[in-house]
This record gives sequence, C-alpha cells and structure tokens, in this order.
Amino acid sequence: MTTWTPLGDLRVGIDLVSVEDVANSVARFGQAYLERVFTPHELASTRPDPRSGDGRPAADGLAARFAAKEAVLKVLRPGEMRPDWHTIEIRRLTDGWCDVVLTGTAADLAYGAGLEDLGVSITHEGQAAAAGAVGRCRSAPASVAPGTSGEHMSDGGAIQAPEEHEVGR
Amino acid sequence: MSIDETIRQVLTDHGRLAVPVETLADDTDLFGAGMTSHASVNVMLALEDAFDFEFTESMLKKSTFESIGSIRDGVAQMTEV
Repeated sequence: MTTWTPLGDLRVGIDLVSVEDVANSVARFGQAYLERVFTPHELASTRPDPRSGDGRPAADGLAARFAAKEAVLKVLRPGEMRPDWHTIEIRRLTDGWCDVVLTGTAADLAYGAGLEDLGVSITHEGQAAAAGAVGRCRSAPASVAPGTSGEHMSDGGAIQAPEEHEVGR
Repeated sequence: MSIDETIRQVLTDHGRLAVPVETLADDTDLFGAGMTSHASVNVMLALEDAFDFEFTESMLKKSTFESIGSIRDGVAQMTEV
C-alpha cells in the first residue's frame, strides 16, 4: 500500500459548468450578465457564436472561462469574501493557451496565501465545460495587506510587495 | 408581491435548487440545497432586476446568498438609503 504525502505548497482547483446554463443566462440577462461576469478581454477573446449573428461570444467558451474562474477561486480558497468576477481574468494567449491575471480582492488572497505561480487549463465538449487550476505557494503564507493589491500578471516573477505582487506562469 | 415572495420567486426561477423553494426555511443553506455558484450569479442579477439596485462588491460574499434570510438582509441593506 502506498501512502501519498500531502501536496505541500501546491494547490489544485477544478470546476465543471453546464454550457446550457450559461447560454440561458446570456439569453435571460444579456449584456448585464456578460459584463458583470466577464472582462472585456474575456469577451473579446471568446470565439463568437456563429448562430448569434451579432458576434456575441459562444456559450461554450464563456462556460469554460467561468469554470476557470471557479477553479482559480478554489486555489485561492477565499473565506467569507467573494472576489468580484473581474478580479480573476482568464487571458487567452496568442498560442491558444490561457493565463490568469488577478487584481483586487483576488490578488489580495493570492498574496496572503503566498501564491507564486498559477496556471489554468480550460476545455469544453458538448454541453459541459471544465477547467483546472494549479497554484504553488511559498511555504510560509504572507500576511495580507487589505486594500493594497496591485495586479498579478502571470508572466513570471515572484511576489514582491502588496502593491506589485505577481504570479508567475 | 412582498420582499420575501419576490426572493422566493427569484430562487424558484434561477436558483436551480434540488428541492421546492416552499420547503426552505429562512435559514436553510441554499448552496446545500443545490444552488451552484453559477446559479448564484443568476440569482444576484435577478434580484437586482427585481429590486432595481446593483450589489456592491462588499456585498458579494457567500454569506449574502447562503439563505433566504441573508438575501433579505442584503436586499434591505441595498435598498435602504
């Protein structure tokens, strides 16, 4: 029998979202839903729905991004406070992979957890969209400095200071 | 329609609960009753439509949407000026 050791400074989050649920939300709430949940970059980088005729992002891509936000949230492990959806941005890279940018409350949570690296992967098939996220923390979490967050760009680099902490890819 | 009735109607329409909303007490955990995170976004938007306000980020706490009672408190907080 093998006894596995804890992941130590690694954190993992996954999430599954119904594409139909997201399509229904877009149909019911329209722009209010899109703009409340997704950032301009996320909306612009999601493949348009060929059936919409107005360039509206496809529900499967949106569902995958929502799942990614939730997966990152599970890595951040918030307590009572729920970060605004915009503070976890899923960025589409030119080569097709995704990265995460954290700002505001999400950035505060990452800094407090000592999060140094954060990666995310998204997928969708039929009526299901899913995402996984992995984060690596320093061994000793930093103390949070509320309201002092900057922006976490996941393009490499260690957490430096509350005003400019970064999460590497 | 009273505030409580409106909240229960919003939960019926958007909460995707696993049980009828009529069976829920004021303090029943809505997430425990099957409401997903995505459904809670719809509930939030539907409440904003119904009561004509927008939740501030400080109100976007899991506890705000965890029960009918906590939603009622949140609505009261957002509508009292």
